[in-house]
Amino acid sequence: MAVRPVEVVADVPEARRRSRWWAAVRDFCRRRPLGAIGAVVVALNIVVGLTANVISPYDPLATDYGAMLARPSMAHWLGTDAFGRDVLSRILYGSRTAMIVGFACAFVGATVGAVIGVASAYFAGKIDLLIQRVMDIFLAFPLIILALAVVSILGTGMTNVIMAITIPMIPRAALVTRSSALAIREMPYVDAARAAGFRHVRIIMRHMLPNVMAPYLIMLTAFLGQAILLEASLSFLGLGVSEPTAAWGLMLRGAAVQFAETAPWMAIFPGLAISLAVFAFNLFGDSLRDALDPRLRTL
Amino acid sequence: MLKYILKRVLLMIPTLLSVAVLVFFLMRIVPGDIVELRFAGESAFAQKENLDKERARLGLDQPLWKQFVTWMWGLLRFDFGSSMWTGAPITEEIRLRFALSLQLAIMATVVAVVLAIPLGVLAALKQDTWVDYAVRIFSIAGLATPSFWLGIVFILLLLIVFKWLPPMVYTPFWVNPVQNLAQLIWPALAVGYRYSAVATRMTRSAMLEVLREDYIRTARAKGLWQKLILSRHALKNAMLPVLTVIALEFAFLMGGLVVTEQVFNLNGLGLLFVESVAHRDYTLTQALVLLVAFIFIIVNFFVDLTYAWLDPRIRLR
Repeated sequence: MAVRPVEVVADVPEARRRSRWWAAVRDFCRRRPLGAIGAVVVALNIVVGLTANVISPYDPLATDYGAMLARPSMAHWLGTDAFGRDVLSRILYGSRTAMIVGFACAFVGATVGAVIGVASAYFAGKIDLLIQRVMDIFLAFPLIILALAVVSILGTGMTNVIMAITIPMIPRAALVTRSSALAIREMPYVDAARAAGFRHVRIIMRHMLPNVMAPYLIMLTAFLGQAILLEASLSFLGLGVSEPTAAWGLMLRGAAVQFAETAPWMAIFPGLAISLAVFAFNLFGDSLRDALDPRLRTL
Repeated sequence: MLKYILKRVLLMIPTLLSVAVLVFFLMRIVPGDIVELRFAGESAFAQKENLDKERARLGLDQPLWKQFVTWMWGLLRFDFGSSMWTGAPITEEIRLRFALSLQLAIMATVVAVVLAIPLGVLAALKQDTWVDYAVRIFSIAGLATPSFWLGIVFILLLLIVFKWLPPMVYTPFWVNPVQNLAQLIWPALAVGYRYSAVATRMTRSAMLEVLREDYIRTARAKGLWQKLILSRHALKNAMLPVLTVIALEFAFLMGGLVVTEQVFNLNGLGLLFVESVAHRDYTLTQALVLLVAFIFIIVNFFVDLTYAWLDPRIRLR
């Protein structure tokens, strides 16, 4: 697996290093057009999330009782909801919510999981067995119950949703990194580090973790899409982000289903936004996986 | 082999026990209890003695460890007690929902398998052609689409195009099969599509891997029929990881369809879950979590068993 020889980069001039990086990007686009398209859509999503307050035609929270359930028109491109709020503006702001939840969950979940997985492989023996059993328990525990419990204890809201989604991701990440780290533990340089008398923490963080980068990155992109989907599901159930915050899952809840026949735009467009965002993340993540490690199959 | 099975069965016990401990204490950390919730509707100033009387009736006035021991003792005798909210025996409460969830899970699995295996094999055989790309886009889109939203879209399409709405009241299969299928086919399609995506990708990559093996080349060199090579040599060996994915996904479907059930107004295990947590119905929630964990563990066990049976190297480790 991703065990590369130590690259000697110190004496390469800055310009050549940059051009090499640029060449890698160009190569990725040429060889994996689907992945490149995904990356562009992901970038677009991030930009929309960052600039939602500039590009939205309306305030996402502003109600207009004169234009409730209005059809898509020049004034409201994607129509309005039951409170007369502009659907397009709410979708653009929803992108911000989705990106924050997605990146926070994926980053924390994959990182904590990777550290646990590598540590588990490094210590081996009884500690490994213990960590594995604890992870098993969390894997067998239904996610929705964990989420329900977290939300009941802490209440709804963005931070709590992030926690509810991150906790179940950790054991999955740990499982995957552990299997890669098992091979790395046998590498001579880990033995050398141990012989040199480095502390466990240093060996794990400095010598082993950088070498599970490939599965880590792959997991990160996969978790991004999953986190966005989970957030949408939880918000749809009323357990996620709470009104009046603009979130895609929340937009599908309640009135969207109730008025689906007369105002289908309320139910269709937020769902499309979710699908498109997750689709782009998956497309990009898939190609990244193929590029980094063709043998690593699935999570 | 027998020793291997025995070892695996024994390993299940500590996992289940930990799940039980976890859910027991997790439920009690959650603020508010069933008595408060029940009396909250009646009057803002429910008499304290009434609350205490009700708690005593449900055994909630006992110290925690005593409640835990009582519950564990019940479990050992397969006595799950009765729901704190409805008072009905838990086995009864769950039995009704279980049938529906099981049927939906089976139907979704059938949809997924029928879609996934042919598509996955096709994509692997035509690797890097437009067929492969089309299958991959189709399956990635399946992963990206929330199945509850797909359900909403199905209902909308049926309503707008055919002016027909699927029945919204559940009829058991043995009472009226047509009515039953007319209702359940839509959630099964919505869930099955998403679920097929995982299996399609697995089939494709497993096939790609197997097709590069030496024994496939040998079979080709022998001049065997392409069809025979595919079905006998390649597909059979590629099915192991696919089987794993399908089995684990099936276990997940049994308790994890909360949102889809909501959209289609189905009273399955998922909805029971949400209700029981919302009511702080400790006994029912604990039983449900244990049931779902048990299904997950047992499916995992069978998957491992199949592996060990097919691959002697695993058994001997």
